[in-house]
Amino acid sequence: MKPAEQVTVLKINGDEVSAHADQTILDVARENGIEIPTLCYLENLTEVGGCRLCLVEIKGAAKLQPACVTRVREGMEVATHSSRLDTYRRKILELIFTERNHICSVCVANGNCDLQDMAAALGMDHVTYPYLNPSVPVDLSHELFGIDQNRCILCTRCVRVCAEIEGAHTWDVRNSGINSRVFTDFNEPWGESQTCTNCGKCVNVCPTGALFKKGKAVGERTRQIDFLPYLKTMREELK
Amino acid sequence: MTREELDAAVVTEQERSQSFRHHVDVCIAAGCLSSQSEVVLNSLRTEIRERGLEKECALRGVGCMGLCKAGPLVALDGQAVMYQTVAPADAPEIIESLDTAPVERLVCPVNMPFFNRQTRIALENSGQIDPERIEEYIARGGYSALAEALAELTPAQVVERITASGLRGRGGAGYPTGLKWSTVVKAPGSQKYVICNADEGDPGAFMDRSVLESDPHRLLEGMAIAGYAVGAEQGYIYVRAEYPLAIKRLKTAIRQAVRADVLGTTIMGSRFNFQVDLRIGAGAFVCGEETALIASIEGGRGLPRLRPPYPAEYGLWGKPTLINNVETFASVPVILRKGSEWFAGIGTGKSKGTKVFALAGAVQNTGLVEVPMGITLREIVFDIGGGIPGGKRFKAVQTGGPSGGCIPEAYLDQPVDFETLAQLGSIMGSGGMIVMDETSCMVDVARYFMDFCRTESCGKCVPCRVGTVHMHNLLTKISEGQATLDDLAMLEELCDLVRHTSLCGLGQSAPNPVMSTLRYFRDEYLAHIQDKRCPAGVCHIAPEVTA
Repeated sequence: MKPAEQVTVLKINGDEVSAHADQTILDVARENGIEIPTLCYLENLTEVGGCRLCLVEIKGAAKLQPACVTRVREGMEVATHSSRLDTYRRKILELIFTERNHICSVCVANGNCDLQDMAAALGMDHVTYPYLNPSVPVDLSHELFGIDQNRCILCTRCVRVCAEIEGAHTWDVRNSGINSRVFTDFNEPWGESQTCTNCGKCVNVCPTGALFKKGKAVGERTRQIDFLPYLKTMREELK
Repeated sequence: MTREELDAAVVTEQERSQSFRHHVDVCIAAGCLSSQSEVVLNSLRTEIRERGLEKECALRGVGCMGLCKAGPLVALDGQAVMYQTVAPADAPEIIESLDTAPVERLVCPVNMPFFNRQTRIALENSGQIDPERIEEYIARGGYSALAEALAELTPAQVVERITASGLRGRGGAGYPTGLKWSTVVKAPGSQKYVICNADEGDPGAFMDRSVLESDPHRLLEGMAIAGYAVGAEQGYIYVRAEYPLAIKRLKTAIRQAVRADVLGTTIMGSRFNFQVDLRIGAGAFVCGEETALIASIEGGRGLPRLRPPYPAEYGLWGKPTLINNVETFASVPVILRKGSEWFAGIGTGKSKGTKVFALAGAVQNTGLVEVPMGITLREIVFDIGGGIPGGKRFKAVQTGGPSGGCIPEAYLDQPVDFETLAQLGSIMGSGGMIVMDETSCMVDVARYFMDFCRTESCGKCVPCRVGTVHMHNLLTKISEGQATLDDLAMLEELCDLVRHTSLCGLGQSAPNPVMSTLRYFRDEYLAHIQDKRCPAGVCHIAPEVTA
């Protein structure tokens, strides 16, 4: 006889925890109060595994695996923290800080920013790599919102929330590599977008101050992401 | 087409061929075409017509004969005589001398090591047949392996034979092909796919291109056999748009194969259906990574995703998908035809069969070679390749393209197999082999490959997207004589970070060219940093301004 739903037992940081077979390591860790840093991950959106902060060590696996997309397995032994992982995470975060122009003192999200919080949490107090100082645009053509590419970390939360929850798919990513940019529709200014519903979900899920509501000064950005759990229910009903 | 009809087609074609007294073959693969072999072909045709020799002398375009540096190549009477660097004006002389001694000044010695040290399996028909005629492929045993598989073997037996042959994926990583096939067989689901990865993108590599342009039916037969073995009815060839000739010949081949009933529905009277369609890549190197390739076929951006689940389990449209490289599929028909033991008898312990290499760079005989696994690098570079031109000193051989590394002279006697090349800090890769002499600067080489990776990074994950840019900047700084030892330390730190934290193979292997040159040529890096000079004289280092 086969059980309807498989339950597995695995070890995280030496402690045994139980999980459903379709859960990710991140799910199970957070259920058990173990914090694994994430930036691109946002509960109820499709996982990407792009920021690489949630990489964990799995016994027997040659490579580090991202906790947000890796499913649990019976008998798996996971280490979520080690000096090696901590160093890698800090360095990856440094890379993010060098990629665009993150200047907290003039940012709407100052004090309410996932990137800033992550730097504090991981003890990243300075950046060793040279800043790349790219010249990237700001688009203020939308009547309610603005996007400052200087603060974008390409987590693609906006792309996913717009496509998966709002169903508009206004946002996407164009170009590749270091030239990747989030953009609206066929690269028209946001204000001229035919598909944008002005719902503001992208602004609310943005981890930094890249997407913001107009009329907010430095440090005044507030976010409402309490809508996401409801949307998860909605999504599941649609399945 | 039944098996009897197939056998009859072989006889018909052989008789047709034997009705000619002379055969004149002109290479019409990309290398020779770029040195005007088509004009040569046309002038030979005119010459034959004007002399009224159409019934006696068969003229045709054939695939790659391998020695690309000497193109356009013309072969007479089954490569009994070969002519090199033939010009259109040579046509009268060539036709004139068909019954007498060959034209001395054009002769390319066919007994040189370049030709007789090779073992041709994937390339067995390359340069021997007209790639645009299915009859010639059939005449050389083509589609007989498919016919045998359909008539006599169960799918499980086909997989067994491939497993027993020891064939490993020729795309680079060397994953055991039989194991991959049996995984797809076991994956649950009735809808499965076969994909051929023909998105060859390594700089300097043109092995797959040559198979596609010279012997496209071979790939179709290999894919059809694979489809039969794993239970797939649909195959896709993902070929890069930069190969227009390969695309054209594949289209012709597919059309011919469907007409000959070796592709399509109820193939050769069996219950097996298999259709092959082309998907054209849009130029992204990362689409050679299998999950990115699948995303691209599905119509999405070519972004890789985490594996597992592997495509064998969850591939195209979420269905179990077999994805192999061109050369891997090209080896399949011959394994069935000549037997697994025969194939396993070639090569070394863990690396069986042959490997095609695109020999390029500072070597006499640039071109395409197929050698048995286990041959030494020295034999490839100095015997087959003819050594370094201009009396220069050998410095390194680069294998595996932007994911590979540079191997110095000290290791030239090491055998070429998957494990040894990995131990040396390089990889087998898809088969690019670039020979470098003393005039190449290893910092500059590393910088070149990092520039490639930086440009080709898809941007999905942070370490590859940002890390490759920093590494390229640091390498540029070193090559300009502006770097310090701290910069070198930072470069090494980034190599480790990008290698271990990137999402896909592109990022994970992007540091390889840097790490391998640092391993063997650290003194060159130090010369740029400490002495502000480039030992090879490649990098421009501005003299320090003293006040």
